[in-house]
Amino acid sequence: MPKDELKAGFRLVGTRPNRPDGLDKVTGRARYGADIVAANMLHAAVVRSPYAHARIKKIDASRALALEGVKAVVTRADFPTGLTGEDWNLQENTIAGDTALYDGHAVAAVAATSALVAQDAARLIEVEYEVLPHVTDVDAAMAPDAPVIRAGNADHSVPEGMHPNVVRYIDFGHGDIEAGFAAADLVREGTYKTEATHQGYIEPHACLGQLGADGRGEMWVCTQGHWYIRRMCAAVLGIEAANLRVTPSEIGGGFGGKTTIFMEPLALALSRKAGGRPVKLVMSRAEVLRATGPTASASMDVKIGMKKDGTITAGQVNFRMQGGAFFGMSPIAEALPCAFACYDIPNLMHEGYEVLANRPKAAAYRAPGSPMAAFAVESLLDEMCRELSLDPLQVRLKNAAKEGTKSSYGPTYNRIGLVETLEATMAHPNLSAPLGPNQGRGVAAGFWFNHGGETSVSLQIGEDGTVGVSVGTPDIGGSRASIALMVAETLGIEYEAVRVNVVETGSLGVNEPTHGSRATFASGKAAVEAAESAIKQMCARAAAEWGIDPEAVEWVDGAARPAGENAGKFPPLTIGEIGAKMGGTGGPISGHHESVPGGVGASFGVHVVDVEVDPETGKSTVLRYLVVQDAGRAIHPAYVEGQYQGGAAQGIGWALNEEYIYGADGRLQNPMFLDYRIPVASDLPMIDTVIVEVPNPGHPYGVRGVGETGIAPPLAAVANAVAAASGARLRTLPLSPPKVLAAIKAGQ
Amino acid sequence: MIKVHLWSGLRRLAGGAEAVTVQAATVGQMFDAMIAAHPGLEPVIKAGVSVVIDGEVTAGGRNLAVKPENEIYLIQRVKGG
Repeated sequence: MPKDELKAGFRLVGTRPNRPDGLDKVTGRARYGADIVAANMLHAAVVRSPYAHARIKKIDASRALALEGVKAVVTRADFPTGLTGEDWNLQENTIAGDTALYDGHAVAAVAATSALVAQDAARLIEVEYEVLPHVTDVDAAMAPDAPVIRAGNADHSVPEGMHPNVVRYIDFGHGDIEAGFAAADLVREGTYKTEATHQGYIEPHACLGQLGADGRGEMWVCTQGHWYIRRMCAAVLGIEAANLRVTPSEIGGGFGGKTTIFMEPLALALSRKAGGRPVKLVMSRAEVLRATGPTASASMDVKIGMKKDGTITAGQVNFRMQGGAFFGMSPIAEALPCAFACYDIPNLMHEGYEVLANRPKAAAYRAPGSPMAAFAVESLLDEMCRELSLDPLQVRLKNAAKEGTKSSYGPTYNRIGLVETLEATMAHPNLSAPLGPNQGRGVAAGFWFNHGGETSVSLQIGEDGTVGVSVGTPDIGGSRASIALMVAETLGIEYEAVRVNVVETGSLGVNEPTHGSRATFASGKAAVEAAESAIKQMCARAAAEWGIDPEAVEWVDGAARPAGENAGKFPPLTIGEIGAKMGGTGGPISGHHESVPGGVGASFGVHVVDVEVDPETGKSTVLRYLVVQDAGRAIHPAYVEGQYQGGAAQGIGWALNEEYIYGADGRLQNPMFLDYRIPVASDLPMIDTVIVEVPNPGHPYGVRGVGETGIAPPLAAVANAVAAASGARLRTLPLSPPKVLAAIKAGQ
Repeated sequence: MIKVHLWSGLRRLAGGAEAVTVQAATVGQMFDAMIAAHPGLEPVIKAGVSVVIDGEVTAGGRNLAVKPENEIYLIQRVKGG
């Protein structure tokens, strides 16, 4: 459907009503993972490897088991054998087998009558290790003399002769790369590096698990996707998925890091061993940083050819990414297609390597791979614009991908909104704000695919005409409000008459997690379909009451009405009147919809940041920050703005301060927020936002998904601003004050 | 007949062609025909790929319809956060 044909001027969509979870959250009534309790509950603690790479020779739990209050200890011996592929990866990461593969890798777990007793007991479990050589740096892990982490993990794609730590190779492109560089007036290349960073969600992982000897159990857990928790736990424990009922708690942030399991099977295994008593397991912040999934670290070569007028003639990247000690965890497959996705470039070549390292099993982190790719490409583009004295936004506009462009990863783009986003950026007053001494402005663009995914939704009409909607996508960024708005709009009723509930795995068909910026798109689209189904049934009930054909009834403003003069003259039957009578007119009225929805629309964003760099200390202060992004349609604009601001805040932290620091011994040196420094409120200005709306023709209200694109541009935008402010071009993140100061001094 | 564009790594497993042409009405039939013609593609397709149909990235559900006029690309499976 062309943009102009999408309905505009909605009654509710695009408004900013109160959030349904607001009161619960500000009063402390909302129940997060660690808030769940059960009668007769035990508490668990986990024994973790202090070594980056070590053979486990012996585990002796006798002293722990002798401690009063200890009810169970589990090791890998308590888990089934014979798993393969990703199921084996999940089990191996949950609890080490023969070898601990990273600092913090779980090797045993204990359940006791209190958390303190469990922690004391964990200290009494004696583990004998044989320390092995380790490697944590991605480039070092590819070197010929690097210790082999796990031989035989490489897939078919890896060229012969490469180190066994290289497990995946990807290459693609189009055009003639050499001819493209030959046609350029300026060819530049550079190497860029980013460290691993953590999603930094405020709520640590927490769960309560109960599993009986009959293989039937329950879990309450903080997660982005409880069907994934069910499937993964069942695989790791060798139980049937349908016998495990999983209920999600409220979630204090996820950003991709809660789309998988880390310690959940331990709680279930302990419960089974303790006679079915419920077991609660709550990670500390140090455990979260050491043993859950951060994003990958990356080492990236980029080469770009450009004409004097700013036309990009060719682009080439070679990325290396480590995703921990497990195959398939790095976002190399996502980073490569994102690298040049913003641009229409005739000659492109992409190569990428996934590499194993003695680090925790990486997890998804908001637009996985795109921020690193954008840091490399958008930084080099900025350098070339400065060298050619070209306006960096005009160059991006000149080369911008649009509908009909052959994308960098092959397919032709449908309707996309990068041009509109760039034009809105150039019109914003922040672009003309004056800059003082030691201040600089940086810009960057970014891209994310967005996603549909398996989705199941049901909708129930109440006897009073109110509506319940059951969804399976945990609400991280406002999906309950957005879905309620779309359902109320479709049914022609008030927003307050719709309550959206995130329900447990026994209540709906399989749902993928809230990931890929999909919840408002996919669950929203399914909820609209379910509402349309309910409308048909309500029209049929009205038709039966009036004695006319159902096709002669239409639904307008929350009521069934005769469709025209010929249908007869009957007063409207409202949703409340139909609901009140439904027990006597055929029974409950509900709608449901199950699908893998199509119509996903990609989204683009452009960020502009002004920073001031203190030449005495190297400290960068963000003065002004602007996010402009195509939302397709902002269902609840306040939440959309929040997503934009959140992406920028995380990206600023990644650019300026956040990094996993490993010592020579392979141990994580900064496993706490005091040393792993995420931005706090005083580090950030008010982040300005502009919502561009180029509606997605694949969604009834034009939604594209907004959760991820916002973290793609900030790394490069901040680095470009720091370079403009200080003259120091740093190609390795984070741009911490000592690093910037050293670069300034080196340039003087 | 439908034309399926391959990323470079897949081309090596399909005789070097940038694209393969197969008879299929669904994504499932398309995969089956591709594997029959180029058995080396089987482990990659079974490990999971994303199918891009007319610019839209899909998870490659086997029942999805494909038509000769569609632009079809296989890309590495894309995950989100």
